[in-house]
Order: sequence, then structure tokens, then C-alpha cells
Amino acid sequence: MDDILLIDAAERYVKGEMTAEEKSYFEELRKNNPELDQSVVEHIFFFNELNKYTDTRNFKHNLNETVAKLTNEGFISKAPLKGKAKIVYMWNRSKRTIAVAASIAGIVSIFIASLISMTSNKAPNTTTLLVEKLDERLDKQVDKTRQIERKLNTLAAASATTPPIEIKPSKFRATGFLIDNTNNFIVTNAHVVREAKNQLIVENNKGQQFLAEAVYVNNESDLAILKVTDRAFKKLAPMPYSIRKTNANLGEQIFMLGYPKSEIVYGEGYVSAKNGFRMDTIYCQLSTSANEGNSGSPVINKNGELLGIITSMETNAAGVVFAIKSPNIYNAVEEVKKIKDYEKIKITSAPSLKGIDRESQIKKVQEYVFMIKGN
Amino acid sequence: MNIAAEKTLLEGLAREDKGTIEKIYRDNYNIIQSLILKNSGTTDDAADIFQEAMIVLFEKSKSPGFELSCNVKTYIYSVCRRLWLKKLQQMQRFSKQTDDMEQVMPVEEDLEMHEKRQNDFFIMENAMMKIGEPCKSLLEAYYIQKKQMQQIATEFGYTNADNAKTQKYKCLVRLKKLFFAQYKNGL
Repeated sequence: MDDILLIDAAERYVKGEMTAEEKSYFEELRKNNPELDQSVVEHIFFFNELNKYTDTRNFKHNLNETVAKLTNEGFISKAPLKGKAKIVYMWNRSKRTIAVAASIAGIVSIFIASLISMTSNKAPNTTTLLVEKLDERLDKQVDKTRQIERKLNTLAAASATTPPIEIKPSKFRATGFLIDNTNNFIVTNAHVVREAKNQLIVENNKGQQFLAEAVYVNNESDLAILKVTDRAFKKLAPMPYSIRKTNANLGEQIFMLGYPKSEIVYGEGYVSAKNGFRMDTIYCQLSTSANEGNSGSPVINKNGELLGIITSMETNAAGVVFAIKSPNIYNAVEEVKKIKDYEKIKITSAPSLKGIDRESQIKKVQEYVFMIKGN
Repeated sequence: MNIAAEKTLLEGLAREDKGTIEKIYRDNYNIIQSLILKNSGTTDDAADIFQEAMIVLFEKSKSPGFELSCNVKTYIYSVCRRLWLKKLQQMQRFSKQTDDMEQVMPVEEDLEMHEKRQNDFFIMENAMMKIGEPCKSLLEAYYIQKKQMQQIATEFGYTNADNAKTQKYKCLVRLKKLFFAQYKNGL
């Protein structure tokens, strides 16, 4: 018997897919041929092991999804210690360090003060915000094709009841991601929204464009929340990622998706410092590469927890990128709740990224990452 | 102990029913977490131990002719307690004996079996890691995601299902070789 045929037979035998006739023939064959029997026994053993393996793997995946759900609900808490106990513990442990720090604090602050005055004279800002201003010449071609498409769309939509609003060519490009699938709220950077003088447009990974409006812009934390107002926008399922309530850990491996060019781009890196530029506590520092257009990109870890939002990068050093820490999103959402008509905003996620490979994770996430454009 | 309810729970688990998994977590997780936190563990330790106990119970629920001699709660508690003591010993931070003894079941035999299965699992996982692409994705698509051969052929770009099937057998033979090479070493 051919080896492949034998494997096939063994597999169907284990799965119980053989007909009674086939089965008795197969068993007869094994009885009369000890060598073949030996190899069948081995195959069967292997298939049983493979079955056990797949069962356990699928079960683990199920467990992870349940844990993610319960963690999201707050039933399972990951915080190590709560309230006073933690502070006392930290104090005891770092008493000596704090004393030392206090004695050199003077020198450090003077040094920083002079550094700021030095840099602010020469270069007012050594971080660059990552919004890409679109060069008209370069994008002319793209715009032309878009215009043609749009014209066709307008013609097609002419029969529809509402007159379509014309979307004008964009002057900048950045990224944003969904946080509320029922009310279509998207998070991006405040400096992105500031670029939009007339229209604010979100484009999904299929190239469909929708009008949006900014409902919350906080220049201090550089966070903005948009609402997609376009009726044509189809509601998505709850997000596959969860938004972490605690800060990113040093060394955590991360990936991100964004629009530094006119198609979605994947990037990888790790959390390299807990604070941002000049120890700004709103941000954390990542070691990765980001380009103009990455502003507003989601930063996600291997378990599918969203840790931050790409905002800026250091211009004097390569690979130093700053991201707003995810707990700030919760603060922003609380602020939006106070605004009339938007009280219903809610972070909706149904985590399903843990334990699956990166390619599948990307496939699930990319639908929720949008290009933010405007004019 | 409500035998009928316990039985439904175990049957649900064997089917990998999500509602059942969630119920078991809701009913037991906090007890286990406080057991582990009280005995010099962290919340992460608690999550790991609980997951392992769930797998032990799952394996048991799937084994033919299986019956639990106590309720699920006691069983999970006993397994977690045993697993944690073992881990403490391994880490040598065996500072404090667990003092809060509830009714504890002898679970050594089950855990021995689990350890053996876990070992096999890692050998298979290792073999999976080593076969490389496209074999890994192909086998995962068929065996783990349980996709149809026709769908796999389309996704992987094979001209027809038979070609994909032949490729799958070739991959399977490689996986088997890698598996047994390590399995025999491990024994």
C-alpha cells in the first residue's frame, strides 16, 4: 500500500469515517501483514496525539477568550495590589532611592531648564507630529482617479434620495481607530483634527470614504474623538482588541497598523520607556519606526490589548516614537459622556486576539483602523 | 451536591461550551485567586494556575467513563492547591504552608496524567513550530480551524482540493517524523 493511502486510511479509521466493509477489509489486511500493522499502529498513535493536541489548543483559545471577556468586565482584575497597601509598600521599598533623588533633584531640574531654553532657541520642537501633509503634485494622480471615481459615485447616487455631499481633495493624512461600534466613535490625535479646516473624512481599508465630525478635542493630551456622521457607514462588530486600563510595561512587544501611505502598513516594536519626551507622563516611549501619517495609529500587544496611540517621534534620534498611554482614552470617553447627545458613548470590545497568530490578528484588526483625512 | 447540575456542567465543558466555561470561571475564580494571593502568589500566577486546572478538568471530562467523586468546585480547588504547592516548591519560595484547608480531594493521579499529556502537547507544539511554512498554516487550517479542503485550496492558492490534500499528507509525514524524533528522546 502506498504511504499516503496508508495515512489516509489510518486517519479515517481513527475518525471513524470508514464503512463497515472497508473497516473489516482494513483490519484483515493488518492481521495478515505484521509489518503494515506496525506502521498502522504508529499512524493511529500519531493521529490520537494530534487530536489531543488540537483539542487542547482550541480549548486554550476558548479559555483565553473567556478570560479576556471577564477581565474586560472587571470580574478578573490584573492589578497586583490595591489602594493604600500598594503605596505604603512602594514607599518602604524606595525610601532610600527617594532620599537620593531628592538630593540631586536640584541639579537635574537646572540641567533640564537650561536644556529647554537651549533647544527652544534653536529648534522650537525636537519631536515631529506624524501627520502627513499631502504634496499636491505627488498626489495629483491619485486625486484625479479619485475624482473620477467620485464623479461616477455621484452619478450612481444621483437617484438616491439625499443629495450626496461632495468630498473635496484632502490636504493631510493620518490614522484613527474605532472604540465604539454602536455609535461609531473613532479615536485619533487632536493635532490631526486641527488640520481639518473644512471637512473631516475617514476612509476604511477598502477605500470607502465617510464624513465625520470631531466631538472632543483635547490639545493637552493630544486626543480627539470623532463620530462618523455619514449614513452610508456600515456598523462593524465589536472591536477584537480591548483597551488596557493600566500603563504599558517596559519591554512589552507591540505592533501597530497605520496609514503612512495610501494603504495600511504594519509595524512592530517594543515599549522602551514608561514616559515620553521630557518625561511627559501622558506618553510612553516605543522603539519602532513610524512615519508621517502614523499619527493616531493603535499600538497593540500580542494579547490584543491596545496600549497606546502613536503621536510623535524624536527627530534627533532614529526609532524613538511616542505614544499616548491607553488609560487616557478612558478619561476622554468620560469627558465625552458629559456632552449632550453623546452620553451613550461606550468602549465596546469583544476580545478575540489572544492566542492566535499575528497574520490572523492583523486580519481582524485592520477593519477597525481608518485613514483620517481632511481639507 | 446537586448531581444533575454538576453533570450538566461537565458535559458542557466536554463540548467546550463557552457559557459553561464562563460559569465555572465566575463560580470559582475569586476563591482560587485569594488562595494564591494569600500564599505569596500574584494575580498572574492565579490566572495561570486556574487555566491549568481548567485544562485538567477538561481532559478528565473528555475521558470515557469518567465520573467525578466530588463536585466541580472542590475538584478545582484541590487541583489548584496541589499545582500551586508544586510551583512554590519549584520556585523555592515555600515560606508558608497553605493553612486554609477546605475539603481537599486526592488528585495526584489526575495530575500525573495531566503532566504526561502536557508533555506530549509541548512535543507536538515544538514539531509544529519546526515544520515551517506553508506546512504549519496548512495543517492548522485543516486540523485546528477545521476548514474544508476546498476552502484551504482557495486560500493557499492550490489549483484544486486534491493538490492541497497531497501537500497536506506530505506535511503530515514531516510532522510525524519530527514528533517521533522528540517523543522517543523524551521517553
